Amino acid sequence: MNIWIAIGVTALGCYAVKLAGLLVPAAALERPLVKRLAALLPVALLAALTAQQTFADGHALVLDARAAGLAAAAVALVLRAPFLLVVAAAVVVTAGVRALGG
Amino acid sequence: MRDALGVGVAVGLSGFAFGVTSAGSGLSLPQTCALSLLVFTGASQFALVGALAAGGNPLTAAAGAFFLGVRNAFYGLRLSQLLALPRAVRPFAAQWVIDETTAVALAQPGRRSARLGFTVTGLSLYVLWNLTTLLGALGAQAIGDTDAWGLDAAGPAVFLALLAPMVKTATERAVAGLAVLLGLGLLPVLPAGVPVLVAALAAPVALWAEGRRGGRARTVVPDASDVSAVPDVSDVSDGSGVSDAPGGDR
Repeated sequence: MNIWIAIGVTALGCYAVKLAGLLVPAAALERPLVKRLAALLPVALLAALTAQQTFADGHALVLDARAAGLAAAAVALVLRAPFLLVVAAAVVVTAGVRALGG
Repeated sequence: MRDALGVGVAVGLSGFAFGVTSAGSGLSLPQTCALSLLVFTGASQFALVGALAAGGNPLTAAAGAFFLGVRNAFYGLRLSQLLALPRAVRPFAAQWVIDETTAVALAQPGRRSARLGFTVTGLSLYVLWNLTTLLGALGAQAIGDTDAWGLDAAGPAVFLALLAPMVKTATERAVAGLAVLLGLGLLPVLPAGVPVLVAALAAPVALWAEGRRGGRARTVVPDASDVSAVPDVSDVSDGSGVSDAPGGDR
């Protein structure tokens, strides 16, 4: 039930912001500070989420195979690999390290 | 045409990755598909299932996903001027206001082709995203232990691929660094999902610090040696700009 609540709230919220962009007069959102904040917010959220989903195990911080996978993804990104390859590198390296008992 | 194909392949694959991740996070097949049908913005969906898997409260989890979806409002702003949609159509068009449709529509030379580009991209990605989500969720059920296949690393890798093109200036690097510190540092002490929301504060904090630095630099302009401290104004990025992420998000 909790999951359905989360799905419902997220669906409503995400739809509302999409619609707001189409309906709200431009002047309300076209302020420099608002635009800067909107550009930086995803940076903060994505950075925190990347770190947590790599190093978190419940409430504990751990260093496991996922870290190796993410490092592989980072290398792929630096080499300008396409999206598919970046994700594939993370998955394959994580599975490999786990198979080796990491 | 090659670009459209590239976007389609990337979207299809991340849809598949989402289906797998969501199923691996313990969501049922209807729940996973409902997310792709109703939310239809990838980063928010990944964030939500990640937070729920970590045992987050549903509202905290939804809040993180919501903040990630806020950028779509700025896409809508651009699109409403460009497409000039009739009011009655806007509630239906809204669900397709995402990274890729905005990128395609903005790249068109005129209003007619922008409307066509928006509609074609929106419809085809919506179908593709939901289809591949379903396949991913079914695939995960067939595989069983998704962790053994390293599929739990797909989520963070998707986030990293989305994040990379956004981090260019010093302020953006500072925001990312501070957010990582807050997100990891608070993880052991706060309820699941909350550290990510606190980490979002890195954005206003960095803006405030940047404003202070800018203000101080202006007041000491007579000191020529300090001119290098003036922030590069050309670095100020356009918040409503379309991310050049490699098609990872919707």
